[in-house]
Amino acid sequence: MKIDVRYFAWVRERIGVGHESVETDAATPRALIEELRTREARYEAAFQDITALRVAVDQELVDMDDALGTAREVAFFPPMTGG
Amino acid sequence: MDIRVQADPFAPGAVLDGFTAALSGAGAVVSFTGLVRDIDGALDHMEIEHYPGMTEAALRKIASDAMERWPLIDVLILHRHGKLAPQDPIMMVATASPHRNAAFEAADFLMDYLKSRAPFWKNERVGGVDRWVDATAEDEAALSRWGDDAANGGD
Repeated sequence: MKIDVRYFAWVRERIGVGHESVETDAATPRALIEELRTREARYEAAFQDITALRVAVDQELVDMDDALGTAREVAFFPPMTGG
Repeated sequence: MDIRVQADPFAPGAVLDGFTAALSGAGAVVSFTGLVRDIDGALDHMEIEHYPGMTEAALRKIASDAMERWPLIDVLILHRHGKLAPQDPIMMVATASPHRNAAFEAADFLMDYLKSRAPFWKNERVGGVDRWVDATAEDEAALSRWGDDAANGGD
């Protein structure tokens, strides 16, 4: 399936783009990360510590092991610093 | 419920006046305004990135959760993004209820959730160098005192 993958803050800076379309069969956000890490060094740099990352699927916070299902949009970012 | 995500500056007093003027049945209004904190006079500016679409939805959810939990008459959340100068107002929340305790507690709740569950990321330029502001363990721990979905989004 084709997913719009979005990156924010230093994850975006390390990968070098704010979003991209990714063709994947990954079942979970964690599996998608593992797949991207094998592609290029810049993904490895962004994703080296998964515990430092948060993920949203279709704009809702989820856990790394939740099912992607029919997700259209997945976003990876560091812990949020609002307020 | 009034949710605003904007790049434009705002005047907290004027926003609060507007919020208060629209109320009926309230006996208490609590507001909190967050300012860009300077760092020993060295902060050049702050830049706030956000996730358009998700940001508004997350703020609406936080406000709705507060309204379910306390007998509130109205809630306002305003949060800026983009470039801000030291001492600029970044965000504000306001709560209105018949009695003060609910308004105070709900404002506190809104702030705790805004810190860690709304998709904003602060970047500070200090002495010409950009750096991302790290989330703190204290901010994350603060959610546990509300005793519900503090684990959501953690990993």
